[in-house]
Amino acid sequence: MRYSILQLATQALRRHRDWTPAWRDAAPREGYDIVIVGGGGHGLAAAYYLAKVHGITRVAVVERGWIGGGNAGRNTTIIRSNYGLPGNEPFYEWAMKLWEGLEQDLNYNAMVSQRGVLNLYHSDAQRDAYARRGNAMRLHGVDAELLDADAVRQMAPFLDFDNARFPIQGGLLQARGGTARHDAVNWGYARAASALGVDIIQNCEVTGFLRDTSGAVVGVETSRGAIRAGKVGLAVAGMTGPVAAKAGLRLPIESHALQAFVSEGLKPLIPGVITFGAGHFYVSQSDKGGLVFGGDIDGYNSYAQRGNLPVVEDVCEGGMAVMPMIGRVRLLRSWGGIMDMSMDGSPIIDHTPIAGLYLNAGWCYGGFKATPASGWCFAHLLATDTAHETATAYRLDRFRTGHLIDEKGVGAQPNLH
Amino acid sequence: MRIPCPFCGSRDSREFVHRGDAAPIRPAGDDADAMFDYLYLRDNPAGQFEELWYHAQGCRNWLRVRRHTVSHAIESAEFARIGHAA
Repeated sequence: MRYSILQLATQALRRHRDWTPAWRDAAPREGYDIVIVGGGGHGLAAAYYLAKVHGITRVAVVERGWIGGGNAGRNTTIIRSNYGLPGNEPFYEWAMKLWEGLEQDLNYNAMVSQRGVLNLYHSDAQRDAYARRGNAMRLHGVDAELLDADAVRQMAPFLDFDNARFPIQGGLLQARGGTARHDAVNWGYARAASALGVDIIQNCEVTGFLRDTSGAVVGVETSRGAIRAGKVGLAVAGMTGPVAAKAGLRLPIESHALQAFVSEGLKPLIPGVITFGAGHFYVSQSDKGGLVFGGDIDGYNSYAQRGNLPVVEDVCEGGMAVMPMIGRVRLLRSWGGIMDMSMDGSPIIDHTPIAGLYLNAGWCYGGFKATPASGWCFAHLLATDTAHETATAYRLDRFRTGHLIDEKGVGAQPNLH
Repeated sequence: MRIPCPFCGSRDSREFVHRGDAAPIRPAGDDADAMFDYLYLRDNPAGQFEELWYHAQGCRNWLRVRRHTVSHAIESAEFARIGHAA
């Protein structure tokens, strides 16, 4: 069923009785050309692009829980491509370009809203660093604008500009950045992939890997039986450690909990996404009116999808420092998701040392905005066995060879990225 | 979360600094593979996990804590020693 305003009007007149499920809840078949483990945004996007771009439709996505129940529904919905390093920027800009055409491509309203991402700076040194990052972005053909305090004041007069400790001197604006409805992105990819013949298999946990005599991976063992596959792709960020361990892989990744928060619904207040440059705090406003915000990871290895109180306090202190009026707002909900924290803060889209097994992992905080390009590049890798031109830096062996992509420059310390 | 410091007793986790996985031990030589393994590769278990915490706001001892990474239940905490076997 193709969605359109005409369809909506027709269904409304028929009292919405004829809507059909958005995708098929498939049962596993005996074998596929490609099995993708993980029905999050990245796995579903990869399946969709495998079918659409590469014409490979004998594809299954196996998901331990349900579609939209993992990190796809736990992030803070921000999309942006404001990176400084050459290994990152072309990739995230490719994601941004895909975001810009996503809804038409998927025929699904993902509520992509390019309302701008503003990174505040609070010192001369930070202004210089942001100017450098903005210039790097512009050299890659990406929009970036360095604003002074007056220009920021016009956009967001409610910020604490004259804070004694962290005065706001200006900001780096990416006007094309913004937000998207996170679980709608997942549902949209699931629906579009399913329509092209991809099997989406929920409540199907991978318990092991099928190996042939040479040791190559030729399928997965699951809670719903064995599924053979020509190739197996892992897109299970957050759970990459335990799943990869079933294949005997040790990876440069630790799992950590990241919390997010949403306030009660308010009238339109915040024009785009605003990030505090002197602490870790970022905030935007959902179309429903809630302020959506987050901060640092909890700091110690965790697989618990909930967070600790010291970080709640830290995030709220960051909010109060940059935007004191947030103190009048009541918190509605908070939750946690598990991040793959890689050793340089950047992701991995590559072959593994095991034949037939491919890896998409290590997304740290940045997985949501990467979703379309991650899927695109993972599909390219699975279909052609070569890295996509925007993802050539995301090699698994870069840690061994020293070609790290350390955007933040903190070294092999996952809880600091 | 509260951490049972063997010197100070049960204390709030915010008194401590998390160093990370206690398993990697710096290799003695300059073998590149061993150093790569030490620096970057982790078991990253969902379950029992041995890690190092520094009691910065307390007795300033380094602790080796055995914690469950799903439930956060702490089984034991003892003083860390250099060269402590994994």
